[in-house]
Amino acid sequence: MNYFKILLNGIVKENPTFVLLLGMCPTLGTTSSAINGMSMGLATMAVLICSNFLISCVKKIIPDMVRIPSFIVIIASLVTVLQMLIKAYAPDVDKNLGLFIPLIVVNCIILGRAEAFAAKNNPFASILDGIGIGLGFTIALTLLGCVRELLGTGHAFGFELFSENYGALVFVLAPGAFIALGYLIAIVNKLRG
Amino acid sequence: MKKLQSTWYNMVAVLTVISVIAASVLAYVNSVTEGPIAEINQKNLEDGIRKVLGDDKVAIPEPETAEDGSLIYRTEKGFAVQAKDPQNASFGGDLTILVGFDVEGNIKGYTILKTNETPGLGAKAGDWFQQGSKGCIIGLNPSKNNLTVSKDGGEVDAITASTITSRSFLRAVNAAAHAACFSVSADATTCATKQQHMDKPEMNEDIEELKFDKTKTLNK
Repeated sequence: MNYFKILLNGIVKENPTFVLLLGMCPTLGTTSSAINGMSMGLATMAVLICSNFLISCVKKIIPDMVRIPSFIVIIASLVTVLQMLIKAYAPDVDKNLGLFIPLIVVNCIILGRAEAFAAKNNPFASILDGIGIGLGFTIALTLLGCVRELLGTGHAFGFELFSENYGALVFVLAPGAFIALGYLIAIVNKLRG
Repeated sequence: MKKLQSTWYNMVAVLTVISVIAASVLAYVNSVTEGPIAEINQKNLEDGIRKVLGDDKVAIPEPETAEDGSLIYRTEKGFAVQAKDPQNASFGGDLTILVGFDVEGNIKGYTILKTNETPGLGAKAGDWFQQGSKGCIIGLNPSKNNLTVSKDGGEVDAITASTITSRSFLRAVNAAAHAACFSVSADATTCATKQQHMDKPEMNEDIEELKFDKTKTLNK
């Protein structure tokens, strides 16, 4: 199996946001600015790598009929541990990211990859898949955050490009998220051919 | 190794083992991180008190607890009050703020201790009401100024697109003033005025009535 292909697969061919349309809730909810989108993407990637690795390690000892509750317990524990560690040892990260971390549990990308990939492949390939999908998700969220922040407030990553007075507030709000995401999906799929 | 079959015995055993392992890992991590988290919260609180009173060196006294559960820190530079929205009706819930008052009850500063508001919208509350921002409340006095959003007839501009958060935040500010009032043991009239302001937000439940009253007052 070509490991490089697995890595690239998540970023382009099976990009979770633009192609698989998974994890729409955090995508729409947390991309009100570029930095928020990127933070959510990176936090999700960290959990995804760990959960993919753990699940592919224990896949043989989990009977099929109880795999989903087992996976969810593993994922939820990982997220909670991550949250407690960040709170205790990286309070600055917690200030920016704290709100998003519990949301990761319900991100269907994580359970989706556990089901579709980690439960069928070896631990190393699963880690690579986690990195690939995680990067794909991070890129998508950062891009969407950038577009929304720029159109809504005239800023990009906090730098002012044009005055906030000319921004269309709708892009910071939920309806703008749907509009921006729709156009981005259309553009990406056009480019992919 | 062959995959385990989905027999009743296997399923119960696997789920039990996974839950026990997960619970022990969580308990262990919790016991390790409990100390540092408490320290950080304490430090945040002390930094917050110094920030809202505008003095880096002020000694932090033991808090007094007000009737509604607000904590009052009485220092020589004024009062810092940790308060919540009495209706707990902010957008994300559990909004906890720290407000600094001088001895006359003017707001010296505020900071947000705990928030679950939406990033990019309600979460702006940390900056929005500061000095120099659109919704500045610094220097206002809850016993003289009407600290409600302009939509409800008050003097404060709500955060754009986050009226619910703004209302909740101002209710918390008023609750803080209310709590501080008793600790100052100010004269009864000041307390009474503050009491009125406290009651105002509750009219939200009866918004029609509130609007009606407003128009009546305006027409006069």
